Amino acid sequence: MKTLVDGRLTLCAVAVMTALCAAPVGAKGTLVYCSEGSPEGFQPQFFTTGTTFDAVSVPMFNRLVEFETGTTNIVPALAESWTIAPDGKTFTFKLRKGVKFHSNANFKPSRDFNADDVLFSWYRMADDNHPFHKFTAGQTFAYFEDMGMKNIVDKVEKVDDYTVRFSLKRPEAPFLADMAMDFASILSKEYFEAMRTKGTPNAADVYPIGTGPFEFVSYQKDATIRYKAFDRYWGGRPKIDNLVFSITRDATARYAKLKTGECHAMAFPKPADLDEMRKDPQLSLQQKEGLNVGYIAFNVEKKPFDNKLVRQALNMATNKEAILKAVYQGQGQVAKNPIPPILWSYNNAVQDYPYDVAKAKQLLAQAGYPNGFEVDLWYLPVTRPYNPDGKRMAELIQADWEKIGVKAKLVTYEWAEYRKRSKTGEQAAMMFGWSGDNGDPDNFFVPLLGCEAVKGGGNVARWCNKSFEDLVLKAAQTPKQADRAKLYEQAQVIVKEEAPWITLAHSVRFDPLRKEVQGYKMDATAHHYFTNVDLAKQP
Amino acid sequence: MFGFILRRVALIIPTFLGVTLLAFALIHLIPGDPVENLSGERGMDPARRERLLHEFGLDRSLPVQYVSYVGQVLRGDLGTSLTTHESVAQEFATLFPATVELAFFALLFAIAVGLPAGILAAVKRNTFADYTVMGLSLTGYSMPIFWWALLLILFFSVYLGWTPVSGRIAVQYDVPAATGFMLIDSLRAGDAGAFRSALSHLILPTIALGTIPLAVIARMTRSSMLEVLREDYVRAARAKGLPRWRVIVVHALRNALIPVVTVVGLQVGLLLSGAILTETIFSWPGVGNWLVHGVQSRDYPVVQGGILLIAAIVIAVNLIVDTLYGVINPRIRHG
Repeated sequence: MKTLVDGRLTLCAVAVMTALCAAPVGAKGTLVYCSEGSPEGFQPQFFTTGTTFDAVSVPMFNRLVEFETGTTNIVPALAESWTIAPDGKTFTFKLRKGVKFHSNANFKPSRDFNADDVLFSWYRMADDNHPFHKFTAGQTFAYFEDMGMKNIVDKVEKVDDYTVRFSLKRPEAPFLADMAMDFASILSKEYFEAMRTKGTPNAADVYPIGTGPFEFVSYQKDATIRYKAFDRYWGGRPKIDNLVFSITRDATARYAKLKTGECHAMAFPKPADLDEMRKDPQLSLQQKEGLNVGYIAFNVEKKPFDNKLVRQALNMATNKEAILKAVYQGQGQVAKNPIPPILWSYNNAVQDYPYDVAKAKQLLAQAGYPNGFEVDLWYLPVTRPYNPDGKRMAELIQADWEKIGVKAKLVTYEWAEYRKRSKTGEQAAMMFGWSGDNGDPDNFFVPLLGCEAVKGGGNVARWCNKSFEDLVLKAAQTPKQADRAKLYEQAQVIVKEEAPWITLAHSVRFDPLRKEVQGYKMDATAHHYFTNVDLAKQP
Repeated sequence: MFGFILRRVALIIPTFLGVTLLAFALIHLIPGDPVENLSGERGMDPARRERLLHEFGLDRSLPVQYVSYVGQVLRGDLGTSLTTHESVAQEFATLFPATVELAFFALLFAIAVGLPAGILAAVKRNTFADYTVMGLSLTGYSMPIFWWALLLILFFSVYLGWTPVSGRIAVQYDVPAATGFMLIDSLRAGDAGAFRSALSHLILPTIALGTIPLAVIARMTRSSMLEVLREDYVRAARAKGLPRWRVIVVHALRNALIPVVTVVGLQVGLLLSGAILTETIFSWPGVGNWLVHGVQSRDYPVVQGGILLIAAIVIAVNLIVDTLYGVINPRIRHG
């Protein structure tokens, strides 16, 4: 009897297991992307995280101009062409005709995209009295405000149904790149008004309607987001039929799902898994130079870092090649400028400080510190795209500096606290970094080294240099890219000479895919585009 | 009995106050704040920072914030998430069924395996079976959940390919969330494939989450059974010549169950806290996963509201368990 029962149990277990055996990947033409988190919402104007942009503005919306995937070149999107007035203050966009909006159960668009939608999308953010400006407390147009758009744009006018004119308060060359950013996505005016008439104005922010390559289907909170290809997409229907974001917060689980075929592509692999991914015949690992920089900032308001010689000495005492090998495991390149080489205006003629302990010692003596000094060195408590291991890096730097008599005490705080304290100028020397939001050099120089950014806290070196500031401000007001590039090149020379930072490295980003994914191109600004991707038939 | 329940209900009020205070204090003790979290590496204009702190009500002193929060809770309002701008109660309600579904199966698994294992160990005391059960349960109890979960994934999903890695259902099934319980919803949708997929997605998280309660139940059952088996009435029953299984099941087990039921009740709290790790690893869209993210983004209303609701449920379950004693053993009556 006993064995019979046991036998039945075993049989049953086997039967259950077989019946439930591994789930297939998905319906034909469905691409599953294992994303790293849930979007904060489905509105491109409210939020600032890459996770939300990947899920919202990238698949479902368009901007007037966009970045060509893989580069930071600005290409036409909802605007077919544009002209910039010679004074650099007026941008006129000619809009594309025949662009369709998506539809859903509550809304069927009666007209194509036109200038009214551009004005609506802009003034919803810019005008505090706009009927759709604000619904809930704490909801802000964060990026719009962070980019200081109110101080840049004076007014937006409709010239005719397919022409809009942006008048700026001052010449601002990076404006075009700003317009390619996610927050500048174009919404449907008709949809918002229809939802208000129905008495549910909020619905337009929850169930997105855009002009993008994919239409929203459904969202199961923290689990899946479903999209389908938009048949009438102005840029041509995507090759895949459905796109599914399978939200998987744990990087190990994402990798496991990629291996078992539960997803075709995954976000943010763990650096430790890269080697194994490379060897897996079922996977392909794409890589791209990151639009980023990792650095040590010296607080120039504090002794001894108010002395340029000290900053230069520590630059020379730091062995960057060793850091690149040990911390980045070779996946990146030594940084000599605050901007990465893939960004236009990168000044390759700048000579980096050589790793020279003797010279560093000499400079330190010249500065009045022949026996060195003691200093707190803050290191990153978290992994960031521009720095995989802050602690390891800090230990290497500590050992380097020790050689010239500088005793660094390693200090860190919880990540939010780290940033908060850095903004008050408490730091002496600290590790930090930046990932660019758009392809404009202005997006590195001004928020990280500009005088205004000392106040806002983004300039953690608290370095405000008149010649540098004049150059970058002038560059922002110069319309021609070639002329701007020259100014930025000069600015980089000043940064190197003044040494408010030790520029450490530009890291490489990785996107692991299954082999059947074809035509995927990594984006320069770290977004994930699936518009032109196809799935090969599996054998 | 009625008086007992009343007394227990009265005790709930200070417990709740304590929970709100604790949740409030803990989340505010963590460095950083939600506004800081919004700004990232980019600096934030101090005026804008002030304005946001004011809008979130974070520019007031902590005691004022606490009193206003308790007042809000008493009016039945748990606030709005600072990241998604959605109602905390609504988000909880959306996600809670997933957590319940997982906890239910984990508990079922723990009882279904733990109870017989404990009985077996007691009846076969000091034999190989006993040592095996106790050894395994000690191992299970000491295993960190996240590590155990990853081992399960690597072995069953990646190596053997038997079970899916994570999630609640395969992506090709778009089951409308009517009840929020995936098994029920997929049955309602009338799709056998979806139901099978949902069931297969439950296996690994159930084992990962159920392991510790299983170990606790097995050990508790064993020691409780051993105690009861030594009692005179059990000896008397045996002496009467009753079959062995009848003595064990009817005479011994029923009495041995009382401490076990208490332990099972306590496991509910453990299951909900264990769910935080299990859900994160298995991408299980429940409240545990949601709370972790709330803590990371310093979403104060989410963390406070989530803890409060979970505490309420744990308290309610324990109250039910206490009253269940009387049902299991008529000798115990709360007078």
